[in-house]
Amino acid sequence: MAGLEFKGVHKSYGKVDVIKGVDLSIAHGEFVVFVGPSGCGKSTLLRMVAGLEDITAGELTIGERVVNQVQPRDRGVAMVFQSYALYPHMSVYDNVGFGLRLKKTPKDIRDQKIREAARILQMEHLLDRKPAQLSGGQRQRVAIGRAIVRQPEVFLFDEPLSNLDAALRMDMRMEISKLHQELGATMIYVTHDQVEAMTLADKIVVLNAGVVQQVGSPLELYHHPENLFVAGFIGSPKMNFLKVTAEKTDAGLTIAGADLEETTIAASGSQVSTGDRITLGLRPHDFIESADGRLRGVVELVERLGNETIVNVRLAGGTQVIAALDGDSHLEVGHEARFGFAPEKLHLFDADGQTIAR
Amino acid sequence: MDTMTPKTAKSLQNHPTAGWLMMAPAIILLTLFLIGPFLLAFGFSFTNQRLISPNPTQIVGLRNFEQMLGVGVLTLEPERDNSGAVVRDDEGRPEYPRVRTFTRNNPDYPHLEGMREWFGWSWGDNQVVVLARDLVFMKALTNTLMFVAVVAPVQAGLALLLALMINQKLRGINIFRTVYFMPVVVSIVVVSLLWRFIYDGRNGLLNNLLSFISFGQFRPVDWLGEPSTALWAILAMSVWQGVGFHMVIWLSGLQTIPVALYEAADIEGATPWQKFRFVTWPGLRNTAVLILVVITMQAFSLFAQVDVMTQGGPLDSTQSLVFQAVQRGYEQQNIAGGSAISVLLFLLVLAISITQRYLTRERN
Repeated sequence: MAGLEFKGVHKSYGKVDVIKGVDLSIAHGEFVVFVGPSGCGKSTLLRMVAGLEDITAGELTIGERVVNQVQPRDRGVAMVFQSYALYPHMSVYDNVGFGLRLKKTPKDIRDQKIREAARILQMEHLLDRKPAQLSGGQRQRVAIGRAIVRQPEVFLFDEPLSNLDAALRMDMRMEISKLHQELGATMIYVTHDQVEAMTLADKIVVLNAGVVQQVGSPLELYHHPENLFVAGFIGSPKMNFLKVTAEKTDAGLTIAGADLEETTIAASGSQVSTGDRITLGLRPHDFIESADGRLRGVVELVERLGNETIVNVRLAGGTQVIAALDGDSHLEVGHEARFGFAPEKLHLFDADGQTIAR
Repeated sequence: MDTMTPKTAKSLQNHPTAGWLMMAPAIILLTLFLIGPFLLAFGFSFTNQRLISPNPTQIVGLRNFEQMLGVGVLTLEPERDNSGAVVRDDEGRPEYPRVRTFTRNNPDYPHLEGMREWFGWSWGDNQVVVLARDLVFMKALTNTLMFVAVVAPVQAGLALLLALMINQKLRGINIFRTVYFMPVVVSIVVVSLLWRFIYDGRNGLLNNLLSFISFGQFRPVDWLGEPSTALWAILAMSVWQGVGFHMVIWLSGLQTIPVALYEAADIEGATPWQKFRFVTWPGLRNTAVLILVVITMQAFSLFAQVDVMTQGGPLDSTQSLVFQAVQRGYEQQNIAGGSAISVLLFLLVLAISITQRYLTRERN
């Protein structure tokens, strides 16, 4: 059993703080995705789990053991690198079996394990080749195979799919997901791609500037983002944000702004006082074409995808928003249109970017 | 409408002779100082050309090479008295006929005419003597081969060691890089002059140092004046002077190895030695080929050190092929002899380079 426990984990290079105190627990068998924009510290955090980076402060536990001072090889982890990190002069067979060879595993057991890994990853026919003779997807398979044979308690993936093309990425994503179900091991996966995060994760950890923004299941993050950053990062296309002014009324909260005509929504508004400038968030898919909608604007771009129509709209106040409408929407560039929304779909954020409880 | 400037530029570039004109300076210089002399040396080596001579040059075929490479083996049987018993001297050693009775005007041994004793060993009661027609050349050849055989692995190995040590992120590592590289930028002639002081027999730095660390037990050695130490002294200095250059080449090879490979090896549990064995060394394969070939060729061209420090002496113990080629060609004005040595050297280096390339080739 190997869960992980981060307690106040810090990392700094000289005076630069990269990880600013991470507290997180990961249960055994969980698939956890670290996601965030580049430079947010997600890879550093993963490398600290692997033991490739020192932990400046705080405590990291794998299983029952504090591993701050434990060598990478003794942590029971396997890692798949973005660059695959295959040994170029060794055959696929030797690459996969390298760790076993270092551990002096008997040859017959080693052979059996290598072939088993190759079978799981459907690369038995590649075993004699050198990495240079493989395509990107095949190399990634070998790298994963190398991780599997060692039967680690924790798998670490550092942006493993970012060097692959879109179609292959989708295939590999599904394979990794299947692999997780088959092996039942704990997996930590780093990506900057929120689609990968949403599709793979049991639990997503959103990081920004070395700080954990929110931890939760994909749908939790999608429906209940705790702050502006998470709201903007999770979901595609991005959530739209409008600046509005709030007014407390008997019915709840009345909000209005340059882009939005006066709208009253049911909310306790306990955190808001009249006159506060707040941010309103609305996902593209929550836009509804309606003649009496409270948002008015001019269509600037229409992308028809068949199943849906993505339109860019310049609202009355000059803010540009993206709406995802039905596939058979008749909007054309230059049309003036009105949009409405279900009030319960709105997200409200205070001046500090924190979600306002409804 | 086009302006005039680009048009002229274009027509100049398109002119058929433009390319040749641009290559001309390089071609002329290379022909004058590299290709020409090479072909001339090749031609001279089959003649009796001298630097200044009233006689016309004649083609002599392979005689220069025969003269240099001529070797013979002579088995001397001990002298026997009339009863057939071996004649022994006062200490009980058998007595042998003198070698010169075979090599001087002996009609029974025409192929040994003019040869001199090179080395020999005992074979039962018999004495085997290897003779050479050109002892100095043989000395130069064996010295050069020895020099190459020691310098190539030692210099390459030391350079790799230094490269591994300075390929670390440490404070002030650039100071070490600079220090190790410094001898390379100093002219070998200057280095040789300085090292003459270090090796000096009476008050040299090396003798003083050795005597200091052995509390005066060490007896000073005239490093460059002793036949047994002179070549080794030149060898050590040459390694010291050249090691920095090859260190830099190794270093560039080391830095092409992706860090992720080491990290993967770390996670898989490789020891530092295993990381070297399975990641570093295979990653340096091409660099190794380059370094070995370059060092071998540099070592074969051993000249300046000998010229400045020992002039081939003492007792020919530091003769080298290039030194002999220069010596014969210019000092003795025997251009043909010098050319023949150069041609042999060329063939030797070529053969070794091809062998090295073959042995270190990529196997699939």
